[in-house]
Amino acid sequence: MLLIWNRPGFVEELSEAERNAIFGEVDEIMKELTESGELVGGEALAHPSQARTVRPAASGGTEITDGPFVESKEQFAGYLTVDCETPERAAEIAARWPDVRHGFGVLEVRAVMEQAGTEM
Amino acid sequence: MTSRAVEDLLRELAPQVLGVLVRRHGQFYACEDAVQEALLAAAVQWPEQGLPNHPRSWLVIVATRRLTDEWRREHARRAREVAVAVRQPAYATVAPPPDEEPPSGDDTLKLLFLCCHPALPVSAQIALTLRAVGGLSTAEIARAYLVPEATMSQRIRRAKQRIEAAGARFTLPSPADRDERLGAVLRVLYLVFNEGYAASSGEALHRAELTAEAIRLARELRRLLPDDGEVAGLLALMLLTDAHRAARTGPDGELVPLAEQDRGRWDRDAVAQGVALVTEALTWSSPGPYQVQAAIAAVHAEAPSAETTDWPQIVALYRVLAHIAPNPMVTLNQAVAVAMVDGPRAGLALLEPLDADGRTAGHHRLAAVRAHLLDLAGDRSDARAAYLAAARATTSLPERRYLQARAARLA
Repeated sequence: MLLIWNRPGFVEELSEAERNAIFGEVDEIMKELTESGELVGGEALAHPSQARTVRPAASGGTEITDGPFVESKEQFAGYLTVDCETPERAAEIAARWPDVRHGFGVLEVRAVMEQAGTEM
Repeated sequence: MTSRAVEDLLRELAPQVLGVLVRRHGQFYACEDAVQEALLAAAVQWPEQGLPNHPRSWLVIVATRRLTDEWRREHARRAREVAVAVRQPAYATVAPPPDEEPPSGDDTLKLLFLCCHPALPVSAQIALTLRAVGGLSTAEIARAYLVPEATMSQRIRRAKQRIEAAGARFTLPSPADRDERLGAVLRVLYLVFNEGYAASSGEALHRAELTAEAIRLARELRRLLPDDGEVAGLLALMLLTDAHRAARTGPDGELVPLAEQDRGRWDRDAVAQGVALVTEALTWSSPGPYQVQAAIAAVHAEAPSAETTDWPQIVALYRVLAHIAPNPMVTLNQAVAVAMVDGPRAGLALLEPLDADGRTAGHHRLAAVRAHLLDLAGDRSDARAAYLAAARATTSLPERRYLQARAARLA
């Protein structure tokens, strides 16, 4: 799974041409992954200002607050699930993502756990 | 006829029908689509209306009709003015008389070689083999491999395009290429088997069916190539491994290691078949990796318990395997066997070079074997640390659960 972390609101600072170019890059990668049969799924998340965080309250029970879980420059923005031959190939796809190429954020490549297991 | 019986029959006929079409018309891509459509039509009609008199001819005729329909559509697109050319349905001239040709095993072999073509990545070889030779639908393959149907369908489409682009022919490989190409076919069948076998009991049954499908295809391959020791070896290995199925998971789906399995629950028929196959093959064939692995599985299968296993024999077999197919994963298993004969420290010494090998360094299997041997040596704290390292490194949920439980026992 490729986890996309970027600076919220960076898109607002771009010109329309820059935005279109970035969306074009994403479309191109998605098309390629669809054709190669590697794309499994993915979702983009709404702005972190819309987030709510649910945590255990000090007094017992739960506490719900507005805003994301971690205060940091980069926030979790979405994910992409790919099924590829090697971890290197997954990293290669991540390296092509516009957030990485243009310095808006980072992609974290994580293996997804499987239900299967071999005899030990 | 039940739909299950129809399904079994269709899987058996699928490669034969595709073989006939490809041989007559070439164009693997189009023929494969046409056969899939014919199989689908049969799966709907036969259970309701009963089997046709000549099921194979029925499929050939229907698939040919689909193929010619497709050609006519194509033709019409290109040259609508030549309407006269499509007035006479092309299938009227190309449809064969019923059962004109006997089923040809060569066709199935050629298809296997085509689907496992070196121009394709392994995942595509697998998908195409299951569809073109196994007669599984794209949806079934997608469910088994836990990917969306659209993804699998693209993977298959792409695989077929690559085969055409590579100029692959529907022929048996030349003697010079034969061993390598057969090796690819065996590897694909083995991977399909493992994919199904690794699925734990709580999982969708579709994956377990992969095991049955791999065994069925390996049996078919054995029928076609009775003089190949490695084909016999692979089939034996599958049967001997699959014999553990009922004993390898506990009531809650947890993994039970070989040493702790209730051997009374092993499938004795499968064991007997596997042992007979590999024993016989080893009398006339020079031993290849599948035969040796099957022989190791046979030695395990014949022991009433882990303690009474003929470990020196297993060590000797691993030595042969390490010689003919050197691989750090073989060394891992060898270390476990050596520990049973010469003690855990001897096994641990064998693991040391694997830390420097890029294929095993940091691999959860290395940590798991090391943990097991440290555990046997009575080194509880190092064993626990190694179990936890293995649990962190694996991407399998049942394995992680097993390794964490082992670590907890030593806390």
